[in-house]
Amino acid sequence: MTIEGARYPVSLVVNGKPHSLLTPARRTLVDLLRYDLGLTGTKEACGIGVCGACTVLLDGRIVASCITLAVQADGAAITTIEGIAQDGKLHPLQESFMKNGGFQCGICTSGQIVAAKALLDANPNPTREQVQEWMMGNLCRCTGYYHILDSIMKVVGKDSPSL
Amino acid sequence: MRDFSYHAPASLAEAHSLLAQYGDAARLMAGGTALTVMLKQSLVQADHLVSLQRIPGLRRIHLQSDGLHIGALARLRDVETSPLVKEHAPLLAEVYRQVATVRIRNQATVGGGIVHADPAQDPPPALLVLDARLRLVSRAGQREVPVREFFLDYYETALRPGEVLTEVIVPLQTKHARAIYLRYTPRTQDDYPTVSVAALARVERGVCREMRVALGAAAPTALRITAVEEALRGKRVSQAAVRRAAALVAEQVSPLEDFRGSADYKRDMAVVFTRRALEGVLGLG
Ligand SMILES: Cc1cc2nc3c(=O)[nH]c(=O)nc-3n(C[C@H](O)[C@H](O)[C@H](O)COP(=O)(O)OP(=O)(O)OC[C@H]3O[C@@H](n4cnc5c(N)ncnc54)[C@H](O)[C@@H]3O)c2cc1C
Ligand code: FES
Ligand code: FES
Repeated sequence: MTIEGARYPVSLVVNGKPHSLLTPARRTLVDLLRYDLGLTGTKEACGIGVCGACTVLLDGRIVASCITLAVQADGAAITTIEGIAQDGKLHPLQESFMKNGGFQCGICTSGQIVAAKALLDANPNPTREQVQEWMMGNLCRCTGYYHILDSIMKVVGKDSPSL
Repeated sequence: MRDFSYHAPASLAEAHSLLAQYGDAARLMAGGTALTVMLKQSLVQADHLVSLQRIPGLRRIHLQSDGLHIGALARLRDVETSPLVKEHAPLLAEVYRQVATVRIRNQATVGGGIVHADPAQDPPPALLVLDARLRLVSRAGQREVPVREFFLDYYETALRPGEVLTEVIVPLQTKHARAIYLRYTPRTQDDYPTVSVAALARVERGVCREMRVALGAAAPTALRITAVEEALRGKRVSQAAVRRAAALVAEQVSPLEDFRGSADYKRDMAVVFTRRALEGVLGLG
């Protein structure tokens, strides 16, 4: 039998700040971030790993926080959208998404920006095709994608309007 | 999601004890990408999750005389980017690169992707044509099972209670063998394939000396199609021979109808993509 109400210790560093809490095994990482830590910038949409809205960095890798249990992330360093801006200054990706119409309703945007940042951290000079391939798993129902791609390519310094 | 207990043993021995202790109520967890979704949807019930992620050594990829050893806990992204895999099993690097999205590949493991045994998964057809073997370790001992004997039915495998898949052993292929993997994804590139085909061949002076073909998403399990293999092995390579051989696939597959297409449509596509794979691997493209 399951030990009803059992709580598990989870320690993680979120956006540079250490946290230790007790959590049920079934708590997903996205729920821990949103409900326990109040970091509501990360969104949950599909809940099954398909759409990318819940993308966060776990030890530098993009993962779907909706299908990651909080207990699995014990000991990890997490970066959420709240940790992308530095010293009150928006990240160039955030500026570019605003300037170039990279979002409309905004549900997918945290995930888009976190995913794009992970790509640029690994490869600061990607081609448009590499950006497309990497961002393939971040769905958007609003923008039609071209503005998202353009927003990222402008940061890379390669202006290549899609239409 | 129903609540459960979570265990993160630090050794395989400890994992085996937990499996013995909790029996049917326990479930192994690797990356959790398949399991968490199934738990959320109540397709799986488990009172105890036994995570393999803290057990050291299970993520290693290394070369031995009997082949390339890929630890069960290696992430799909590890395989895709491993220089060893690229050099000694380039087909696998290519296949794992095409699974889902980088976000999933960062999290999902090789072992989880095999034991999950969804017939539409990408790696099984490739592992089948490479004649890969699986090391299954239990408290009592270990055994090696060819991938070919591992998939029994829809989401069913030869894994016995108490066993843990620890590594995949991929025999090295002769330098002259060519291999290919085609996945047909008419909806989106990150979708599961409607049908998929892996093929491996060796041609000498116009004669097909070796031929291995496996299909995914075309039956309750991924499967080798020996009828096609036998139709080509030892034969002179020609467009006509390929067409005849590919047509044999229709009788060997039993696709399930779903939103990706009817059984008849998938059977037709199995023939088309087998023909393309054969052409590619025999250099007729
Ligand atoms: C959005 C999405 C899209 C996907 N698209 C594709 C796709 O296009 N192609 C494709 O091939 N796959 C796809 N997948 C499936 C993916 O490959 C599997 O979810 C993944 O490989 C499972 O690995 P895991 O480590 O997360 O396994 P887990 O979820 O941890 O486990 C899966 C199963 O294997 C068992 N298990 C795990 N490890 C072991 C072990 N070492 N020994 C014994 N039993 C074990 C578990 O008990 C469980 O039953 C997709 C998944 C998602 C979420
Ligand atoms: S909410 Fe996690 S991938 Fe869609
Ligand atoms: S901006 Fe609405 S889903 Fe992308």
